[in-house]
Amino acid sequence: MEKITNQQIIADLQSQFGETAIYGIGESHGILQVTVGTDTIVPLIHYLYQHSAFKFQFLTDLAGIHFPDAKGQELGVIYHLHSLENNVRIWIKAYAPIENPVFPTITGLYATANWMEREAFDFYGIIFEGHPNLKRILNMDEMDYFPMRKEYPVEDATRHDKIDELFGR
Amino acid sequence: MSEISLVNNPNVGIDKTATGGPYVNELTTLNLGPTHPATHGIFQNILTMDGETIVDAEQTVGYIHRAFEKIAERKPLYQITTLTDRMNYCSAPINNMGWHMTVEKLLGIEVPKRAQYMRVIMMELARIADHIICNSVLAVDTGALTGFLYIFQWREFIYEIYEELCGARLTTNMGRFGGMERDFSPVAIEKINKVIEGLPKVLKEFEGLVMRNRIFMDRTQNVGGISAERALNYGFTGPNLRAAGVDYDVRVMNPYSSYEDFEFEVPVGTKGDTYDRFLVRQEEMWQSLRIIEQAMKNLPEGPFHADAPHYYLPEKQDVYKNMEALIYHFKIIMGEIDAPVGEVYHSVEGGNGELGFYLLSDGGRSPYRLKFRRPCFIYYQAFPEMIKGTTLSDAIVTMSSMNVIAGELDT
Repeated sequence: MEKITNQQIIADLQSQFGETAIYGIGESHGILQVTVGTDTIVPLIHYLYQHSAFKFQFLTDLAGIHFPDAKGQELGVIYHLHSLENNVRIWIKAYAPIENPVFPTITGLYATANWMEREAFDFYGIIFEGHPNLKRILNMDEMDYFPMRKEYPVEDATRHDKIDELFGR
Repeated sequence: MSEISLVNNPNVGIDKTATGGPYVNELTTLNLGPTHPATHGIFQNILTMDGETIVDAEQTVGYIHRAFEKIAERKPLYQITTLTDRMNYCSAPINNMGWHMTVEKLLGIEVPKRAQYMRVIMMELARIADHIICNSVLAVDTGALTGFLYIFQWREFIYEIYEELCGARLTTNMGRFGGMERDFSPVAIEKINKVIEGLPKVLKEFEGLVMRNRIFMDRTQNVGGISAERALNYGFTGPNLRAAGVDYDVRVMNPYSSYEDFEFEVPVGTKGDTYDRFLVRQEEMWQSLRIIEQAMKNLPEGPFHADAPHYYLPEKQDVYKNMEALIYHFKIIMGEIDAPVGEVYHSVEGGNGELGFYLLSDGGRSPYRLKFRRPCFIYYQAFPEMIKGTTLSDAIVTMSSMNVIAGELDT
């Protein structure tokens, strides 16, 4: 069987979802990445999952991310999918405003997304609509903020010799 | 008995129509953990029991969460190595080298062949150490202490090899971006050869004690099984997935560090139960020995690190005599070197599965975002499904065979 190329996947996705729905196409060290709107996530991942040739049936990881300067798309989720049969990986990225960071859950497709989504909720406050048990996982339940957001810098509380200005940063 | 508290929960699941006395169908809530000798780590399981049978389980994790991903957003790249070996402390060199390879991918550093082979040797030793812990402790959990004592001295011996190479035993911080910090010393080579010669004997002895032992087989066969389909859906990787019959191994699928040069087999199980996981790990130790043997035999001559002055610390004697070396030494130690902009995912076959690093660099000295794909965080969530309907003693054995490392689970 011939190896599936990233161009094939892109061509297939664009013919299926239209050229405007799939954007931000890129490649990083051989891994294809696309950006989609939050409403396209589930149809897209479901399409990739059940596709007869691609078979992206393994969810490697799911990472939350915060870009405070990107107005209206501050919070993002990166889905790392892996087609074990073809040994091809793809990153699917989606962004939502920080005031209303609602993403659809993909726990229906991948059981493993359960804790991954809980982790993204725990650290970034991303709400996964339809998640069966969306609560904090690694931090304590009483915590009232989302610690991985960029407005909470890690500080060396006791050190005064590493002031960024002195180093021209 | 302070860890196990028995609390009757009279409101759950009582079948009022049942007959046969007041205690029939009364469910009990049992707290297993957070600190309990049988959990091998700090995590809690709240079990709902119907007599001896587990009806439901809920896990609480995060007791030793140390915010590594957040800390990493402030640290220069080389300082993150010390965070990685505190994740899976049973196979720390694999974590170190996985991280180094991720950064090398970002920086575009080509690692010399000798360093790659040295890495392979250390990673396979780490895999053996990891599997020794998991399998011998599994035997202990079924009541067989002797095998554990026989084989554990070799794990100790492997730690001596780490010591020879990097000075540390558990939190190794081994290697640098671009290669290893020092070459194998004659003592290290001698010790590695001793592992190749001596371990098979002990491994065979251990297998003789445990593998076909009637008690061990009765305790582990058909216990905590999972189908290949469910295992994939739950994101299983490593020996746990292979025990279920899927031959996914990162070393074969996406070879790194010259793994394509070596001949080895990927053992798979059929049922995905505790016994299969034990057998897969056992066979992997033999395969690791095979890889180490080949790597030692064909260990290429040449430099043991790449020529990457911006990231690889210069020799200490050069720092005193050479201006450039002094500058680079200072800049590296102070974390003054900016990483290029880029986005990388790299994964290695860790002791218990695919250990991945997603690194997003915005051109600063530390990552903009670093996500660790910790295999046991991902597969441990299948635990309730695997133990439902079994007894408490089976649950202990199942957990033991899953090789859940609390440090990795909680980052």
